[in-house]
Amino acid sequence: MGSASEVKDDRKYTKEHEWALSEGEEILVGITAFAVDQLGDVTLVGIDAKVGATLEAHQAFGTIESVKTLSDLFAPVSGVVTRINTALEAQPELINEDPWKKGWMIAIRPTKLAAEQAGLLEASAYKSHLEASAH
Amino acid sequence: MRYLPHTDSEIAEMLAVIGKGSIDELFETIPENVRFKGELAVLPALDEPSLMTHLRELSELNVGAQMLSFLGAGMYDHHLPPAVDQLLLRSEFYTAYTPYQPEVSQGTLQAIFEFQTIVSELYGLPLSNASLYDGASATAEGALMATRLTKRGKVIVSSCVHPDYRGTTRTYLGGRAEQTYLEVPVGADGCADLAAIAAALDEQTAAVVVGYPSFFGGVTDLRPLAELAHSKGALLVATVSEPYALAVLEPPGALGADIAVGEGQPLACPPQLGGPGVGLFACHGDRNYLQQLPGRVCGETVDSRGERGYVLTLSTREQHIRRERATSNICTNQGLLALSLTIRATLLGKSGFVAVAKRCLSKARYLESKLLALPGYAPGFASAPYFNELCIRVRGGSAARVCSALEAERIIGGLDLGRIDPKLSDRLLIAVTEKHRREDLDRLVDALSRFSPG
Repeated sequence: MGSASEVKDDRKYTKEHEWALSEGEEILVGITAFAVDQLGDVTLVGIDAKVGATLEAHQAFGTIESVKTLSDLFAPVSGVVTRINTALEAQPELINEDPWKKGWMIAIRPTKLAAEQAGLLEASAYKSHLEASAH
Repeated sequence: MRYLPHTDSEIAEMLAVIGKGSIDELFETIPENVRFKGELAVLPALDEPSLMTHLRELSELNVGAQMLSFLGAGMYDHHLPPAVDQLLLRSEFYTAYTPYQPEVSQGTLQAIFEFQTIVSELYGLPLSNASLYDGASATAEGALMATRLTKRGKVIVSSCVHPDYRGTTRTYLGGRAEQTYLEVPVGADGCADLAAIAAALDEQTAAVVVGYPSFFGGVTDLRPLAELAHSKGALLVATVSEPYALAVLEPPGALGADIAVGEGQPLACPPQLGGPGVGLFACHGDRNYLQQLPGRVCGETVDSRGERGYVLTLSTREQHIRRERATSNICTNQGLLALSLTIRATLLGKSGFVAVAKRCLSKARYLESKLLALPGYAPGFASAPYFNELCIRVRGGSAARVCSALEAERIIGGLDLGRIDPKLSDRLLIAVTEKHRREDLDRLVDALSRFSPG
């Protein structure tokens, strides 16, 4: 994985260190390199939401457990869960190895994107958020 | 790790370092109004000879300890060689707390690793933890683990499971709205009833929990139960109160159980007053099982010089990681009793383990044949294979009255099953171990032959 402060320009972010990447009709959801660095080795990803379920923005869709702690995973936008990255069940370490791509968690078909768009952070704003929280 | 008491001068030295004049001064932040004043209601200290006499007098009040006992029902009185106690006294092991730092605790960690290996071999399942409190909590944890693995909430428990294990499981599951506990009756043979379980089983069922052997002594083939449970996507949890039974039975894992749990007391310590015990837990080794396993796991690894060493591979996530999100309340293990079981099992070896079990088996059969030859005594349930515990319908129809009559002859005849279920008040549950001599068995038969319900 890259450095903990790495931020990708191709996606948007939440203050809870989730990323949201538009891919066709879907938005892929994962956690940032910073979040992974804070967690340490990931041991268990529990996705409670099922495919077809409707999530509201900021609603918890699962938990991530590492050797240090357990955190909730929040939906960055409202929508319907279209896919779940089942590879994480057997290989939660994918999140440590590649949080930006192979470590994606769920795909959402957004239903309120127009209204919620503004609530997400651009890469530069997220980077500032990281720098601000570091002090 | 040693227990190091502090001398008065050491205490004074420590207080001086932090600038306190006395122990009372150390605790002065505790508000005056909540401090206990006066004397504790404890008798004055006795000198050593008086104390020994006092303790002997107390122990003599426990008349049951001097009686001939056929009480089993989940706790079994097997022989424990004095070597077990002697080894437990080693200061590395004999502490109130189990240390896990690999730098100082290789002995403890290796012993736990060996314990896990023994449990794994006993149950025929590849993954086991470093012990739980007892058979009851292990059963409840097994049921909870099945709900997490299947993401379903319903647990079917056969009445052939030990009543205390059932009670604990009901309590655990009762605390959560999404979980339900459903008990189904035993069959005519006192074992798990396939038809009753099939009728209760559905797509919401997480687990089917059965006794192996049954609490009533009978042994049923787990394979049809496993097939039935699996056909609906549920797991089979087998509970084993008497590990010696597994010396002569197929291990539950080999018969399709997904999780096997039970009591280690018969291999670890005397029945005492019904506890403590040591909970055994084993399951499949797949990653999802490992992730959901309660408690801790010791693993073998190599150190920086490539030499074999032992570490806590899976620490108690409940305590350090999941905390208020814990899925189990098991943060500790029965370190000393797990070690005791490990020593006992190692002293026995595989052939010794089987030899003890065969003595239990043959003595139980001798007793059964003598009892059933007496007028008025009959099998408690329809015939089923059994290990060392048999259920008998008593002369006169009241097990309670038989037990009182036997007590007058300083015999504990077994468990009056009426205490478990009023419908079974005509039945006595009798356990036999290798410790019973032929004259002990004959003494029970003689007393029962003279029993008059009159």
